[in-house]
Amino acid sequence: MTKKKTSLDTLYKAFIYVMLITLAVTIIVPVGWVFMASVKQNSEFYGNPWALPATLYWQNFVDAWNAASMGSYMLNSVIVTAISLALLLVVALPAAYCLSRFRFRGGKFLNTCFMAGLFINVNYIVVPIFLMLRDWDSWINYFFRQTFFLNNLFVLAVVYASTALPFTIYLLTGYFATLPHDFEEAAYIDGAGYGRTMVRIIFPMAQPSIITIILFNFLSFWNEYIISMTLMSSAAGLKTLPVGLLNLMQAQQSKAEFGIMYAGLVLVMLPTLILYICVQKKLTQGMTVGGLKG
Amino acid sequence: MRSSKSRSRFIFLCVAPAVILFFLFMVMPTLNVFRMSLFERGAYSPTETFVGLSNFKTLFKDVKFITSMQNTILLIVTVTIVTFFFAIVFAAILTREKLRGQNFFRIIFYIPNILSVVVIAGIFSAIYKPDTTGMLNNIFTLLSGRDVVVLWKSQPMVIVSVILAMIWQAIGYYMVMYMASMAAVPLDLYESASLDGAGRLSQFFEITLPLIWTNIRTTLTFFIISTINMAFLFVKSMVAPGMSDVALSFMYNQKDAGLYGYAMAAGVIIFLFSFTLSAVVNQATKRDVLQM
Repeated sequence: MTKKKTSLDTLYKAFIYVMLITLAVTIIVPVGWVFMASVKQNSEFYGNPWALPATLYWQNFVDAWNAASMGSYMLNSVIVTAISLALLLVVALPAAYCLSRFRFRGGKFLNTCFMAGLFINVNYIVVPIFLMLRDWDSWINYFFRQTFFLNNLFVLAVVYASTALPFTIYLLTGYFATLPHDFEEAAYIDGAGYGRTMVRIIFPMAQPSIITIILFNFLSFWNEYIISMTLMSSAAGLKTLPVGLLNLMQAQQSKAEFGIMYAGLVLVMLPTLILYICVQKKLTQGMTVGGLKG
Repeated sequence: MRSSKSRSRFIFLCVAPAVILFFLFMVMPTLNVFRMSLFERGAYSPTETFVGLSNFKTLFKDVKFITSMQNTILLIVTVTIVTFFFAIVFAAILTREKLRGQNFFRIIFYIPNILSVVVIAGIFSAIYKPDTTGMLNNIFTLLSGRDVVVLWKSQPMVIVSVILAMIWQAIGYYMVMYMASMAAVPLDLYESASLDGAGRLSQFFEITLPLIWTNIRTTLTFFIISTINMAFLFVKSMVAPGMSDVALSFMYNQKDAGLYGYAMAAGVIIFLFSFTLSAVVNQATKRDVLQM
């Protein structure tokens, strides 16, 4: 009886491992394949797809960086992501602090509004945002003979930060609400003002949730392409990395320069992969705290 | 005592920027979606004419819109069922069983979730390449011993290809969600159950599932909302224009054609659809919550 049970157990264990390994393989193989393909020469793409690269053809990366402008797109993405993260923190932290720790007229209403904002998805409102910015552009074009709002990295960053506000404030207010009020009272007695107390006492304590916020929003800003594609639509405009990659992929269908395309793919995913490997524990933990995305 | 004036000034300065940005770039555009659906707007001029519900009337007769909604429903149903099944099974395995490399599997399974959809589209263009050098076709060719060429990104396979890519992307995310709530189930429940002779399967159905039911209900709402959104991102980056559309990509195409009022009418319908469906599912899955 016990003998039979253990053999059944081994069978079950083996089955589980097969399932786990199968899923892992379907993830590792395609991602690894792209890394391998990024150093293949173009002629190698017409043969066996599983063959190892004949030589490490790094020229793909040089071509992607220069000829396909991925280098300047990378710079654009870094600028947009950095500005929007900074702006988001500067705007969301004080707001979340006040909304969670002060009672004031309209505070409850604002909290409800931001909560409702969690249900507004950018895919629905990207068209009205585009039209609004275009109308503003035609206004200032009328008065100053120039445009400002569309095809502007800074405005794109402002839109990113604004659309991330509900989720960020939701996460932060949840965290601030757990801190005891004694800290502030002690600071007030010592003569610190409201602003000083907030910046010097409360924000350092909120560090774990601030890191979570930076991680999640970094990934979503870096990977985003619909807003960027819509607001940075001029042909010669400043594209972000995913949009540039999308154009590169569409151009490949006629030009068939596969190596450059896969080098571009690696350039887009490498920063997120490195970040993920470094902080994966924090990321999956933070996700369950926030528990909302997409 | 601190003056209440400085207190209100502090609160105002803290809250105002967030409220202004939120109002300008989220509240106004949302209201505009509903308002503009009742108007016809010139493609290049901001002049608008009120047309009442005529955008909606045209929409319900538009075969392309109906097809795109059918595709969306198909995606919601299939992606939800398959992803849910795999995510919950893998979550149960990784939390309940003592395995080697547990951490490794968790890390690997979550990777698709951190990649941009554009990157995923690029990866899957190599998988779905429509000749024998494509990964999937090549595997089938090797297995069957003759040349297999499936046109994955053309009709009628294109929707299956999108479904597979979406499942590939979503499993890890939901798995981590379920793992978190399963970890909160007290271990002594399982211990006493196994003393009573309950096997793995009955433990899963009698203990795990009922105790994480609240979490499952939440994720069902996520599934509906995020499948509608992700389907748009996948179709826009993976599928050739005009090959196959889902609800939001239909909306975006109308915007590209300059039919802004029409696009927004589609947006209103899609939004109401997702909201109603979530509410119905939420109501239908209501159970008495078991206390842990």
